[in-house]
Amino acid sequence: MILAHADQATRRYGDVLALDRVDLTVHAGELVGLLGPNGAGKSTLINMLVGLRRPTAGRVELFGGDPRQPAARRQLGVTPQETGLPGTLRVGEVIDFVAAHFPDPVPRAELLDRFGLTDQVRRQTGGLSGGQRRRLAVALAFVGRPRLVILDEPTTGLDVEARHTLWEAIRSFHADGGTVLLSSHYLEEVEALAQRVVVLGQGRVLADDTVDAIRGIVGVRRVSLTADDLPTLPGVVATERTDGRTHLLTTDADQLVRDLVTAGVAFRELEVRPTSLEEAFLAITTTGTGPAGTTTSTATGAAAGPAGAARTTATSAAAGGRPTA
Amino acid sequence: MPLTLVHARYQLLEIIRIPVAVVGSAFFPAAAMLFFVVPFAGDDPTGATYATAAMVTFAVMSANIFQYGIGVAEDRDQPWNPYTRTLPAGPGPRLAGRILAGLVLTYLSMLPVVIIATVATAARVTPVGLLLGALTVAVVSVPFTLLGLAIGYSLPSKAAIVVAQVIFFPLAFGGGLLSAPGDAPGFIQVIAPFLPTRGAVELMWAAVGDWRPDPLALTMLGVWIVLLAAVSGWAYRRDEGRRFS
Repeated sequence: MILAHADQATRRYGDVLALDRVDLTVHAGELVGLLGPNGAGKSTLINMLVGLRRPTAGRVELFGGDPRQPAARRQLGVTPQETGLPGTLRVGEVIDFVAAHFPDPVPRAELLDRFGLTDQVRRQTGGLSGGQRRRLAVALAFVGRPRLVILDEPTTGLDVEARHTLWEAIRSFHADGGTVLLSSHYLEEVEALAQRVVVLGQGRVLADDTVDAIRGIVGVRRVSLTADDLPTLPGVVATERTDGRTHLLTTDADQLVRDLVTAGVAFRELEVRPTSLEEAFLAITTTGTGPAGTTTSTATGAAAGPAGAARTTATSAAAGGRPTA
Repeated sequence: MPLTLVHARYQLLEIIRIPVAVVGSAFFPAAAMLFFVVPFAGDDPTGATYATAAMVTFAVMSANIFQYGIGVAEDRDQPWNPYTRTLPAGPGPRLAGRILAGLVLTYLSMLPVVIIATVATAARVTPVGLLLGALTVAVVSVPFTLLGLAIGYSLPSKAAIVVAQVIFFPLAFGGGLLSAPGDAPGFIQVIAPFLPTRGAVELMWAAVGDWRPDPLALTMLGVWIVLLAAVSGWAYRRDEGRRFS
Protein backbone atom coordinates (compact mmCIF):
# COMPACT_ATOMS: atom_id res chain seq x y z
CA MET A 1 0.00 0.00 0.00
CA ILE A 2 1.27 3.43 -0.97
CA LEU A 3 1.10 6.01 1.81
CA ALA A 4 2.85 8.95 0.21
CA HIS A 5 3.44 9.58 -3.44
CA ALA A 6 4.93 12.30 -5.57
CA ASP A 7 4.48 12.04 -9.30
CA GLN A 8 6.63 14.35 -11.41
CA ALA A 9 6.19 16.93 -8.66
CA THR A 10 7.63 20.28 -9.63
CA ARG A 11 7.74 23.38 -7.51
CA ARG A 12 8.79 26.87 -8.41
CA TYR A 13 9.15 29.85 -6.10
CA GLY A 14 9.10 32.73 -8.54
CA ASP A 15 12.06 32.11 -10.82
CA VAL A 16 13.63 29.52 -8.56
CA LEU A 17 13.03 25.90 -9.44
CA ALA A 18 13.05 24.20 -6.03
CA LEU A 19 11.86 20.78 -7.17
CA ASP A 20 12.16 19.44 -10.65
CA ARG A 21 9.90 16.54 -11.69
CA VAL A 22 10.43 14.48 -8.55
CA ASP A 23 9.04 10.96 -8.26
CA LEU A 24 8.82 9.39 -4.83
CA THR A 25 6.76 6.53 -3.51
CA VAL A 26 6.65 5.53 0.14
CA HIS A 27 5.03 2.16 0.85
CA ALA A 28 3.54 1.09 4.16
CA GLY A 29 6.18 -0.23 6.54
CA GLU A 30 9.14 1.48 4.90
CA LEU A 31 11.70 3.65 6.62
CA VAL A 32 12.94 5.99 3.93
CA GLY A 33 15.72 8.50 4.36
CA LEU A 34 15.65 11.68 2.32
CA LEU A 35 19.21 12.82 2.00
CA GLY A 36 20.67 15.91 0.47
CA PRO A 37 22.50 19.15 1.17
CA ASN A 38 20.70 22.32 2.17
CA GLY A 39 18.77 23.78 -0.69
CA ALA A 40 18.40 20.42 -2.38
CA GLY A 41 14.63 20.56 -2.14
CA LYS A 42 14.05 18.25 0.84
CA SER A 43 11.90 20.72 2.74
CA THR A 44 9.95 21.70 -0.34
CA LEU A 45 9.13 18.05 -1.03
CA ILE A 46 8.14 17.48 2.58
CA ASN A 47 6.03 20.65 2.66
CA MET A 48 4.11 19.38 -0.33
CA LEU A 49 3.58 15.94 1.21
CA VAL A 50 2.23 17.40 4.47
CA GLY A 51 -0.12 19.78 2.67
CA LEU A 52 1.61 23.09 3.32
CA ARG A 53 2.50 23.70 -0.31
CA ARG A 54 1.02 22.59 -3.57
CA PRO A 55 3.11 21.51 -6.55
CA THR A 56 3.42 23.93 -9.46
CA ALA A 57 3.14 20.93 -11.74
CA GLY A 58 2.75 17.21 -11.18
CA ARG A 59 0.94 15.57 -8.30
CA VAL A 60 1.42 14.65 -4.65
CA GLU A 61 -0.75 12.24 -2.72
CA LEU A 62 -1.04 11.27 0.91
CA PHE A 63 -3.00 8.12 1.79
CA GLY A 64 -4.38 8.30 -1.73
CA GLY A 65 -5.81 11.81 -1.25
CA ASP A 66 -4.78 15.42 -1.57
CA PRO A 67 -2.51 16.29 1.39
CA ARG A 68 -4.12 19.72 1.50
CA GLN A 69 -7.39 18.13 2.63
CA PRO A 70 -7.45 17.71 6.43
CA ALA A 71 -8.98 14.22 6.07
CA ALA A 72 -5.89 13.01 4.18
CA ARG A 73 -3.69 14.06 7.13
CA ARG A 74 -5.56 12.13 9.82
CA GLN A 75 -2.96 9.35 9.91
CA LEU A 76 0.03 11.62 9.40
CA GLY A 77 2.45 12.73 12.09
CA VAL A 78 4.68 15.77 11.55
CA THR A 79 7.34 17.40 13.68
CA PRO A 80 7.33 21.15 14.17
CA GLN A 81 10.62 22.97 14.08
CA GLU A 82 12.00 22.87 17.56
CA THR A 83 12.32 26.67 17.61
CA GLY A 84 8.65 26.99 16.79
CA LEU A 85 7.05 25.65 19.96
CA PRO A 86 4.88 28.22 21.71
CA GLY A 87 7.21 29.32 24.48
CA THR A 88 4.60 30.14 27.12
CA LEU A 89 2.69 26.88 26.89
CA ARG A 90 3.64 23.99 29.15
CA VAL A 91 4.86 20.69 27.72
CA GLY A 92 1.62 18.94 28.75
CA GLU A 93 -0.50 21.68 27.22
CA VAL A 94 1.27 21.50 23.87
CA ILE A 95 0.68 17.73 23.79
CA ASP A 96 -2.98 18.15 24.76
CA PHE A 97 -3.44 20.78 22.07
CA VAL A 98 -2.10 18.51 19.35
CA ALA A 99 -3.97 15.50 20.77
CA ALA A 100 -7.27 17.39 20.47
CA HIS A 101 -6.95 17.11 16.68
CA PHE A 102 -6.94 13.32 16.63
CA PRO A 103 -9.70 10.79 17.34
CA ASP A 104 -7.60 8.36 19.38
CA PRO A 105 -4.48 10.08 20.70
CA VAL A 106 -1.75 8.36 22.69
CA PRO A 107 -2.34 9.03 26.42
CA ARG A 108 -0.21 11.95 27.55
CA ALA A 109 1.65 10.07 30.28
CA GLU A 110 2.61 7.29 27.90
CA LEU A 111 3.95 9.71 25.31
CA LEU A 112 5.88 11.72 27.91
CA ASP A 113 7.43 8.53 29.20
CA ARG A 114 8.39 7.29 25.77
CA PHE A 115 10.27 10.50 25.04
CA GLY A 116 11.72 10.99 28.50
CA LEU A 117 9.74 14.15 29.21
CA THR A 118 7.73 13.04 32.24
CA ASP A 119 9.56 15.40 34.59
CA GLN A 120 9.05 18.33 32.22
CA VAL A 121 5.27 18.09 31.88
CA ARG A 122 4.66 21.33 33.81
CA ARG A 123 7.57 23.27 32.33
CA GLN A 124 6.93 25.97 29.75
CA THR A 125 8.51 24.97 26.46
CA GLY A 126 10.49 28.22 26.38
CA GLY A 127 12.39 27.00 29.46
CA LEU A 128 13.38 23.63 28.06
CA SER A 129 16.86 22.76 26.87
CA GLY A 130 17.41 22.37 23.15
CA GLY A 131 17.41 18.60 23.45
CA GLN A 132 14.18 18.53 25.45
CA ARG A 133 12.50 20.85 22.98
CA ARG A 134 13.56 18.63 20.13
CA ARG A 135 12.28 15.53 21.90
CA LEU A 136 8.94 17.25 22.48
CA ALA A 137 8.81 18.31 18.84
CA VAL A 138 9.41 14.74 17.69
CA ALA A 139 6.97 13.38 20.28
CA LEU A 140 4.24 15.57 18.77
CA ALA A 141 4.52 13.63 15.52
CA PHE A 142 3.43 10.49 17.36
CA VAL A 143 0.52 11.92 19.37
CA GLY A 144 -2.22 10.92 16.94
CA ARG A 145 -1.12 7.27 16.46
CA PRO A 146 -0.03 7.99 12.88
CA ARG A 147 0.62 5.37 10.22
CA LEU A 148 3.10 7.65 8.49
CA VAL A 149 5.51 9.97 10.23
CA ILE A 150 7.38 12.64 8.30
CA LEU A 151 10.36 14.03 10.16
CA ASP A 152 12.27 16.98 8.74
CA GLU A 153 15.83 16.86 10.10
CA PRO A 154 14.74 15.51 13.48
CA THR A 155 18.13 15.48 15.16
CA THR A 156 19.94 18.50 13.75
CA GLY A 157 21.90 20.10 16.57
CA LEU A 158 21.39 17.33 19.10
CA ASP A 159 24.18 15.76 21.11
CA VAL A 160 25.02 12.13 20.51
CA GLU A 161 23.02 10.75 23.43
CA ALA A 162 19.86 12.68 22.64
CA ARG A 163 20.20 11.68 19.02
CA HIS A 164 20.36 8.01 19.95
CA THR A 165 17.29 8.32 22.18
CA LEU A 166 15.35 9.73 19.26
CA TRP A 167 16.65 7.09 16.92
CA GLU A 168 15.37 4.46 19.34
CA ALA A 169 11.91 6.03 19.34
CA ILE A 170 11.86 6.11 15.55
CA ARG A 171 13.09 2.52 15.31
CA SER A 172 10.51 1.19 17.72
CA PHE A 173 7.72 3.00 15.87
CA HIS A 174 8.95 1.38 12.68
CA ALA A 175 9.28 -2.01 14.35
CA ASP A 176 5.60 -1.75 15.33
CA GLY A 177 4.69 -1.38 11.66
CA GLY A 178 4.93 2.40 11.33
CA THR A 179 6.14 4.09 8.18
CA VAL A 180 8.75 6.82 8.33
CA LEU A 181 10.00 9.40 5.86
CA LEU A 182 12.93 11.19 7.39
CA SER A 183 15.02 13.96 5.93
CA SER A 184 18.53 14.59 7.01
CA HIS A 185 21.76 15.99 5.79
CA TYR A 186 23.66 13.48 7.89
CA LEU A 187 24.52 10.31 6.03
CA GLU A 188 25.26 8.77 9.41
CA GLU A 189 21.70 9.30 10.57
CA VAL A 190 20.16 7.89 7.44
CA GLU A 191 22.54 4.92 7.60
CA ALA A 192 21.55 4.25 11.20
CA LEU A 193 17.83 4.29 10.54
CA ALA A 194 16.80 3.88 6.96
CA GLN A 195 16.66 0.90 4.67
CA ARG A 196 16.13 2.97 1.59
CA VAL A 197 17.67 6.29 0.71
CA VAL A 198 16.45 8.91 -1.69
CA VAL A 199 19.10 11.47 -2.52
CA LEU A 200 17.98 14.91 -3.62
CA GLY A 201 20.29 17.46 -5.18
CA GLN A 202 19.35 20.72 -6.83
CA GLY A 203 15.71 19.77 -6.85
CA ARG A 204 16.10 16.40 -8.51
CA VAL A 205 16.18 12.82 -7.32
CA LEU A 206 19.82 11.82 -7.82
CA ALA A 207 19.50 8.33 -6.44
CA ASP A 208 16.87 6.10 -4.90
CA ASP A 209 18.46 2.95 -3.61
CA THR A 210 19.46 0.84 -0.62
CA VAL A 211 21.69 2.28 2.06
CA ASP A 212 24.59 0.08 0.93
CA ALA A 213 24.40 1.23 -2.65
CA ILE A 214 24.30 4.86 -1.60
CA ARG A 215 27.20 4.39 0.78
CA GLY A 216 29.29 3.11 -2.11
CA ILE A 217 28.63 6.21 -4.12
CA VAL A 218 29.26 8.55 -1.24
CA GLY A 219 32.61 6.84 -0.63
CA VAL A 220 34.04 8.90 -3.45
CA ARG A 221 37.28 10.74 -2.57
CA ARG A 222 38.79 13.82 -4.08
CA VAL A 223 42.45 13.61 -4.98
CA SER A 224 43.90 17.04 -5.71
CA LEU A 225 47.33 17.71 -7.09
CA THR A 226 49.34 20.11 -9.17
CA ALA A 227 50.73 18.48 -12.26
CA ASP A 228 51.44 19.64 -15.79
CA ASP A 229 50.33 16.58 -17.61
CA LEU A 230 48.26 13.62 -16.49
CA PRO A 231 47.88 10.29 -18.22
CA THR A 232 44.45 8.66 -18.36
CA LEU A 233 44.03 6.90 -15.05
CA PRO A 234 41.70 4.06 -14.20
CA GLY A 235 39.03 4.50 -11.49
CA VAL A 236 38.58 8.24 -12.00
CA VAL A 237 34.91 9.16 -12.14
CA ALA A 238 35.37 12.86 -12.79
CA THR A 239 38.14 15.35 -13.41
CA GLU A 240 38.12 19.07 -12.94
CA ARG A 241 40.72 21.81 -13.10
CA THR A 242 40.60 25.03 -11.11
CA ASP A 243 43.42 27.56 -10.63
CA GLY A 244 46.12 25.23 -11.92
CA ARG A 245 45.04 22.41 -9.60
CA THR A 246 43.65 19.16 -10.88
CA HIS A 247 40.93 17.43 -8.89
CA LEU A 248 40.25 13.76 -9.52
CA LEU A 249 37.18 12.12 -8.06
CA THR A 250 37.62 8.43 -7.43
CA THR A 251 36.08 5.56 -5.51
CA ASP A 252 39.53 4.19 -4.60
CA ALA A 253 41.94 6.94 -3.62
CA ASP A 254 44.69 4.53 -2.49
CA GLN A 255 44.82 2.80 -5.85
CA LEU A 256 44.75 6.11 -7.69
CA VAL A 257 47.75 7.40 -5.75
CA ARG A 258 49.63 4.15 -6.46
CA ASP A 259 48.80 4.52 -10.14
CA LEU A 260 50.02 8.10 -10.12
CA VAL A 261 53.32 7.03 -8.64
CA THR A 262 53.82 4.05 -10.96
CA ALA A 263 52.96 6.19 -13.95
CA GLY A 264 55.87 8.44 -12.95
CA VAL A 265 53.74 11.64 -12.94
CA ALA A 266 55.60 14.69 -11.63
CA PHE A 267 53.01 15.95 -9.16
CA ARG A 268 53.18 18.33 -6.22
CA GLU A 269 50.98 19.16 -3.22
CA LEU A 270 48.98 15.96 -3.17
CA GLU A 271 45.80 16.09 -1.12
CA VAL A 272 43.18 13.42 -0.50
CA ARG A 273 39.87 14.55 0.91
CA PRO A 274 36.41 13.13 1.26
CA THR A 275 33.87 14.70 -1.04
CA SER A 276 30.59 16.13 0.08
CA LEU A 277 27.46 14.23 -0.84
CA GLU A 278 26.55 16.93 -3.27
CA GLU A 279 29.91 16.75 -5.02
CA ALA A 280 29.88 12.99 -5.15
CA PHE A 281 26.45 12.82 -6.66
CA LEU A 282 26.91 15.66 -9.06
CA ALA A 283 30.19 14.21 -10.21
CA ILE A 284 28.51 10.93 -10.94
CA THR A 285 25.30 12.20 -12.43
CA THR A 286 26.72 14.96 -14.61
CA THR A 287 28.99 13.93 -17.42
CA GLY A 288 32.26 15.67 -18.14
CA THR A 289 33.61 18.21 -15.68
CA GLY A 290 32.06 18.58 -12.29
CA PRO A 291 30.56 21.64 -10.66
CA ALA A 292 33.64 23.84 -10.45
CA GLY A 293 31.80 26.69 -8.74
CA THR A 294 30.74 24.75 -5.67
CA THR A 295 33.99 22.96 -4.93
CA THR A 296 35.75 25.53 -2.81
CA SER A 297 32.88 26.21 -0.43
CA THR A 298 32.23 22.54 0.26
CA ALA A 299 35.93 21.94 0.82
CA THR A 300 35.96 24.54 3.60
CA GLY A 301 32.90 22.87 5.06
CA ALA A 302 34.83 19.60 5.23
CA ALA A 303 37.83 21.24 6.81
CA ALA A 304 35.67 22.81 9.50
CA GLY A 305 34.01 19.51 10.30
CA PRO A 306 34.93 17.36 13.26
CA ALA A 307 38.13 15.39 12.94
CA GLY A 308 37.96 11.63 12.93
CA ALA A 309 36.78 8.99 10.56
CA ALA A 310 36.67 10.05 6.98
CA ARG A 311 32.97 9.34 6.70
CA THR A 312 32.13 11.59 9.62
CA THR A 313 33.90 14.38 7.86
CA ALA A 314 32.04 13.61 4.68
CA THR A 315 28.69 13.82 6.40
CA SER A 316 29.46 17.11 8.02
CA ALA A 317 30.60 18.43 4.69
CA ALA A 318 27.23 17.49 3.34
CA ALA A 319 25.76 19.99 5.74
CA GLY A 320 27.28 22.64 3.53
CA GLY A 321 29.16 24.20 6.40
CA ARG A 322 26.01 25.15 8.31
CA PRO A 323 26.69 25.29 12.05
CA THR A 324 24.81 22.46 13.64
CA ALA A 325 24.94 23.62 17.24
CA MET B 1 -16.73 23.74 16.56
CA PRO B 2 -14.93 21.90 19.41
CA LEU B 3 -11.63 22.43 17.56
CA THR B 4 -12.39 26.15 17.39
CA LEU B 5 -12.77 26.13 21.17
CA VAL B 6 -9.50 24.21 21.54
CA HIS B 7 -7.66 26.77 19.45
CA ALA B 8 -9.33 29.65 21.31
CA ARG B 9 -8.40 28.13 24.66
CA TYR B 10 -4.70 27.70 23.90
CA GLN B 11 -4.43 31.10 22.24
CA LEU B 12 -5.97 32.64 25.34
CA LEU B 13 -3.52 30.71 27.51
CA GLU B 14 -0.60 31.99 25.46
CA ILE B 15 -1.82 35.57 25.70
CA ILE B 16 -2.65 35.44 29.40
CA ARG B 17 0.83 34.09 30.23
CA ILE B 18 2.36 37.27 28.80
CA PRO B 19 -0.50 39.70 29.25
CA VAL B 20 1.24 42.79 27.85
CA ALA B 21 -1.31 43.18 25.09
CA VAL B 22 -4.27 42.93 27.47
CA VAL B 23 -2.74 45.26 30.02
CA GLY B 24 -1.70 47.66 27.28
CA SER B 25 -5.13 47.93 25.72
CA ALA B 26 -6.86 48.15 29.11
CA PHE B 27 -4.48 50.78 30.44
CA PHE B 28 -5.19 53.83 28.24
CA PRO B 29 -8.98 53.82 28.62
CA ALA B 30 -8.73 53.10 32.34
CA ALA B 31 -6.19 55.92 32.81
CA ALA B 32 -8.33 58.29 30.76
CA MET B 33 -11.27 57.36 33.00
CA LEU B 34 -9.30 58.15 36.13
CA PHE B 35 -7.73 61.40 34.94
CA PHE B 36 -10.47 62.97 32.83
CA VAL B 37 -13.85 61.38 33.39
CA VAL B 38 -13.83 60.89 37.18
CA PRO B 39 -12.73 64.48 38.09
CA PHE B 40 -14.70 66.35 35.40
CA ALA B 41 -17.86 64.37 34.64
CA GLY B 42 -17.99 61.95 37.53
CA ASP B 43 -20.93 63.60 39.31
CA ASP B 44 -23.16 63.97 36.30
CA PRO B 45 -25.02 60.67 35.71
CA THR B 46 -25.67 61.24 32.00
CA GLY B 47 -22.24 62.70 31.25
CA ALA B 48 -20.47 59.95 33.21
CA THR B 49 -22.47 57.23 31.48
CA TYR B 50 -21.68 58.56 28.01
CA ALA B 51 -18.03 59.07 28.93
CA THR B 52 -17.85 55.50 30.22
CA ALA B 53 -19.39 54.19 27.01
CA ALA B 54 -16.82 56.20 25.04
CA MET B 55 -13.96 54.73 27.10
CA VAL B 56 -15.38 51.23 26.57
CA THR B 57 -15.36 51.92 22.82
CA PHE B 58 -11.77 53.12 23.20
CA ALA B 59 -10.84 49.89 24.98
CA VAL B 60 -12.62 47.75 22.37
CA MET B 61 -10.83 49.56 19.57
CA SER B 62 -7.34 49.35 21.02
CA ALA B 63 -7.76 45.75 22.20
CA ASN B 64 -8.76 44.63 18.72
CA ILE B 65 -6.27 46.68 16.73
CA PHE B 66 -3.37 45.56 18.92
CA GLN B 67 -4.13 41.92 19.46
CA TYR B 68 -5.01 41.19 15.85
CA GLY B 69 -2.60 43.60 14.24
CA ILE B 70 0.41 42.57 16.26
CA GLY B 71 -0.74 39.08 17.25
CA VAL B 72 -1.41 37.91 13.71
CA ALA B 73 1.76 39.50 12.35
CA GLU B 74 3.88 37.81 15.03
CA ASP B 75 2.11 34.53 14.54
CA ARG B 76 2.95 34.56 10.87
CA ASP B 77 6.64 34.69 11.81
CA GLN B 78 6.42 31.62 14.03
CA PRO B 79 7.12 28.13 12.65
CA TRP B 80 4.43 26.84 15.04
CA ASN B 81 1.81 28.34 12.80
CA PRO B 82 2.62 26.25 9.70
CA TYR B 83 2.96 23.21 11.96
CA THR B 84 -0.64 23.57 13.10
CA ARG B 85 -1.58 23.54 9.44
CA THR B 86 -0.24 19.99 9.12
CA LEU B 87 -2.68 18.77 11.77
CA PRO B 88 -5.90 17.27 10.43
CA ALA B 89 -7.84 20.54 10.51
CA GLY B 90 -8.12 23.30 7.94
CA PRO B 91 -7.15 26.91 8.66
CA GLY B 92 -10.74 27.56 9.80
CA PRO B 93 -10.59 26.48 13.47
CA ARG B 94 -7.42 28.44 14.08
CA LEU B 95 -8.86 31.65 12.65
CA ALA B 96 -12.24 31.17 14.35
CA GLY B 97 -10.45 30.36 17.61
CA ARG B 98 -8.44 33.53 17.29
CA ILE B 99 -11.59 35.63 16.85
CA LEU B 100 -13.22 33.94 19.82
CA ALA B 101 -10.15 34.51 21.98
CA GLY B 102 -10.05 38.09 20.73
CA LEU B 103 -13.63 38.67 21.84
CA VAL B 104 -12.89 37.32 25.31
CA LEU B 105 -9.88 39.64 25.61
CA THR B 106 -11.93 42.56 24.36
CA TYR B 107 -14.39 42.07 27.22
CA LEU B 108 -11.49 41.65 29.64
CA SER B 109 -9.79 44.86 28.58
CA MET B 110 -12.94 46.99 29.02
CA LEU B 111 -13.56 45.62 32.50
CA PRO B 112 -11.36 48.18 34.35
CA VAL B 113 -13.31 51.04 32.73
CA VAL B 114 -16.62 49.56 33.84
CA ILE B 115 -15.33 48.95 37.36
CA ILE B 116 -13.99 52.50 37.67
CA ALA B 117 -17.30 53.86 36.36
CA THR B 118 -19.27 51.86 38.92
CA VAL B 119 -17.08 52.69 41.86
CA ALA B 120 -16.02 56.28 41.23
CA THR B 121 -18.64 57.95 39.04
CA ALA B 122 -22.37 58.61 38.95
CA ALA B 123 -22.70 56.62 35.73
CA ARG B 124 -25.92 54.66 35.73
CA VAL B 125 -27.31 52.12 33.35
CA THR B 126 -30.45 49.98 33.41
CA PRO B 127 -29.99 46.20 33.33
CA VAL B 128 -31.39 46.20 29.78
CA GLY B 129 -29.00 48.99 28.87
CA LEU B 130 -26.10 47.02 30.31
CA LEU B 131 -27.05 43.94 28.34
CA LEU B 132 -27.51 46.00 25.17
CA GLY B 133 -24.17 47.66 25.81
CA ALA B 134 -22.45 44.30 26.23
CA LEU B 135 -23.94 43.07 22.94
CA THR B 136 -22.99 46.31 21.22
CA VAL B 137 -19.39 45.72 22.27
CA ALA B 138 -19.39 42.57 20.15
CA VAL B 139 -20.93 44.49 17.24
CA VAL B 140 -18.50 47.40 17.35
CA SER B 141 -15.62 44.91 17.64
CA VAL B 142 -16.26 43.94 14.04
CA PRO B 143 -14.68 46.91 12.23
CA PHE B 144 -11.69 46.98 14.59
CA THR B 145 -11.18 43.22 14.35
CA LEU B 146 -11.14 43.60 10.58
CA LEU B 147 -8.76 46.55 10.83
CA GLY B 148 -6.44 44.52 13.08
CA LEU B 149 -6.56 41.51 10.74
CA ALA B 150 -5.84 43.76 7.76
CA ILE B 151 -2.74 45.10 9.53
CA GLY B 152 -1.64 41.71 10.84
CA TYR B 153 -1.96 39.87 7.55
CA SER B 154 -0.46 42.55 5.34
CA LEU B 155 2.55 43.74 7.35
CA PRO B 156 5.60 42.15 8.96
CA SER B 157 5.40 42.21 12.76
CA LYS B 158 7.77 45.15 13.31
CA ALA B 159 5.82 47.34 10.89
CA ALA B 160 2.51 46.11 12.32
CA ILE B 161 3.44 47.35 15.81
CA VAL B 162 4.21 50.83 14.48
CA VAL B 163 1.15 51.05 12.25
CA ALA B 164 -1.16 49.86 15.05
CA GLN B 165 0.24 52.52 17.36
CA VAL B 166 0.07 55.27 14.76
CA ILE B 167 -3.52 54.44 13.83
CA PHE B 168 -5.18 53.99 17.18
CA PHE B 169 -4.69 57.44 18.72
CA PRO B 170 -6.02 59.56 15.81
CA LEU B 171 -8.96 57.18 15.57
CA ALA B 172 -9.77 57.70 19.25
CA PHE B 173 -9.36 61.49 19.21
CA GLY B 174 -10.76 62.06 15.74
CA GLY B 175 -13.85 60.01 16.49
CA GLY B 176 -14.53 62.18 19.54
CA LEU B 177 -14.10 59.38 22.09
CA LEU B 178 -12.27 61.75 24.44
CA SER B 179 -14.89 64.47 24.41
CA ALA B 180 -18.51 64.50 25.52
CA PRO B 181 -21.17 64.02 22.83
CA GLY B 182 -21.65 67.26 20.92
CA ASP B 183 -18.86 68.90 22.87
CA ALA B 184 -15.87 68.03 20.70
CA PRO B 185 -13.64 70.71 19.15
CA GLY B 186 -14.91 72.05 15.82
CA PHE B 187 -12.62 70.19 13.45
CA ILE B 188 -13.30 66.92 15.22
CA GLN B 189 -17.05 67.49 14.81
CA VAL B 190 -16.39 67.72 11.07
CA ILE B 191 -14.20 64.63 10.63
CA ALA B 192 -15.67 62.39 13.35
CA PRO B 193 -18.65 61.01 11.38
CA PHE B 194 -16.26 59.76 8.73
CA LEU B 195 -14.23 57.65 11.15
CA PRO B 196 -15.33 54.16 12.26
CA THR B 197 -14.84 55.09 15.92
CA ARG B 198 -17.68 57.64 15.72
CA GLY B 199 -20.29 55.22 14.44
CA ALA B 200 -19.12 52.72 17.07
CA VAL B 201 -19.40 55.14 19.97
CA GLU B 202 -22.77 56.44 18.77
CA LEU B 203 -24.05 52.85 18.87
CA MET B 204 -22.66 52.44 22.40
CA TRP B 205 -24.33 55.67 23.53
CA ALA B 206 -27.63 54.55 22.02
CA ALA B 207 -27.34 51.22 23.82
CA VAL B 208 -26.79 52.66 27.31
CA GLY B 209 -28.74 55.94 27.09
CA ASP B 210 -31.25 57.99 25.12
CA TRP B 211 -28.87 58.87 22.38
CA ARG B 212 -30.10 59.12 18.79
CA PRO B 213 -27.20 58.02 16.61
CA ASP B 214 -26.12 60.21 13.71
CA PRO B 215 -27.20 58.50 10.46
CA LEU B 216 -24.09 59.73 8.64
CA ALA B 217 -21.77 58.18 11.26
CA LEU B 218 -23.69 54.87 11.11
CA THR B 219 -23.63 54.81 7.32
CA MET B 220 -19.90 55.47 7.37
CA LEU B 221 -19.45 52.68 9.92
CA GLY B 222 -21.14 50.33 7.48
CA VAL B 223 -18.90 51.59 4.68
CA TRP B 224 -15.83 51.04 6.89
CA ILE B 225 -16.90 47.48 7.70
CA VAL B 226 -17.30 46.61 4.02
CA LEU B 227 -14.02 48.32 3.15
CA LEU B 228 -12.03 46.71 5.99
CA ALA B 229 -13.54 43.31 5.26
CA ALA B 230 -12.34 43.65 1.68
CA VAL B 231 -8.84 44.74 2.72
CA SER B 232 -8.42 42.06 5.39
CA GLY B 233 -9.82 39.41 3.03
CA TRP B 234 -7.33 40.49 0.39
CA ALA B 235 -4.45 40.48 2.90
CA TYR B 236 -5.46 37.04 4.22
CA ARG B 237 -5.61 35.54 0.74
CA ARG B 238 -2.31 37.12 -0.20
CA ASP B 239 -0.67 35.66 2.91
CA GLU B 240 -2.19 32.24 2.20
CA GLY B 241 -0.87 32.45 -1.34
CA ARG B 242 2.62 33.36 -0.19
CA ARG B 243 3.03 30.86 2.59
CA PHE B 244 0.61 28.03 1.82
CA SER B 245 0.28 27.60 -1.92
